[in-house]
Amino acid sequence: MYVLSVCGMGFGTSLMLLMEVQSIAKEHGYTVDGEATDLGSAKGKSCDLIIASSEIAAELSDEAAPVIAIDNLLDKEEIKEKVLPMIKKLAQEG
Amino acid sequence: MKLLKEEAVRLDVQALNAVDAIRISGNLLVDAGYAEPRYVDAMLKGFLEVGPYIVLAPGIAIPHARPENGALASGFSLVRLATPIEFGHDKNDPVKLVCAITGVGSNGHIEMLQKVAGILGDKDKHQQLLEVQNFEDISKIITF
Repeated sequence: MYVLSVCGMGFGTSLMLLMEVQSIAKEHGYTVDGEATDLGSAKGKSCDLIIASSEIAAELSDEAAPVIAIDNLLDKEEIKEKVLPMIKKLAQEG
Repeated sequence: MKLLKEEAVRLDVQALNAVDAIRISGNLLVDAGYAEPRYVDAMLKGFLEVGPYIVLAPGIAIPHARPENGALASGFSLVRLATPIEFGHDKNDPVKLVCAITGVGSNGHIEMLQKVAGILGDKDKHQQLLEVQNFEDISKIITF
């Protein structure tokens, strides 16, 4: 599956978020490809799932892929609780 | 290399607003030799143009810019605000800790972000940072 992680400028927080998501996925036996990007570039990009900080996520509601909003980007538990069920679901759907 | 420098830490600073707080944290990066002054301008430009996305967690702002905007070495500064300040973030305002980071190389800023996230994402350490009274105590909490 292909995940888009999005932050304000597309080079800091989003990359950290993507690495965290990939590490959570790997721990549970899933492989996640993806890229980190800024809000402007994220729009209209083809992917299976979008993960973003909550204030960025609010601006991505028109996208085709489901959007997961993270409030606390330093809280690994919150990221895991929100992202892992979706990764499992997408993996089952193939 | 020890990354925590005393000249990059200031406790209970009075800042006027978010821009002032970011500038103070950025100037500490310059004072500590981690960045050129233009890096501070780039951090401010990011905040003004893109918004309060740098408030990554409740009460915590982590201003940053791209390495090519004048980062000289990987490092960070820590500012504890005397009075919490609104940055304009829906969920994570007001901000009490401002931790500006720099990184060099293609991944330096990510490594620094992860290091800082490891400390500030730890609820006990976060709480301790809000309560400590001097640099010596901070150096026991921030150990990388």
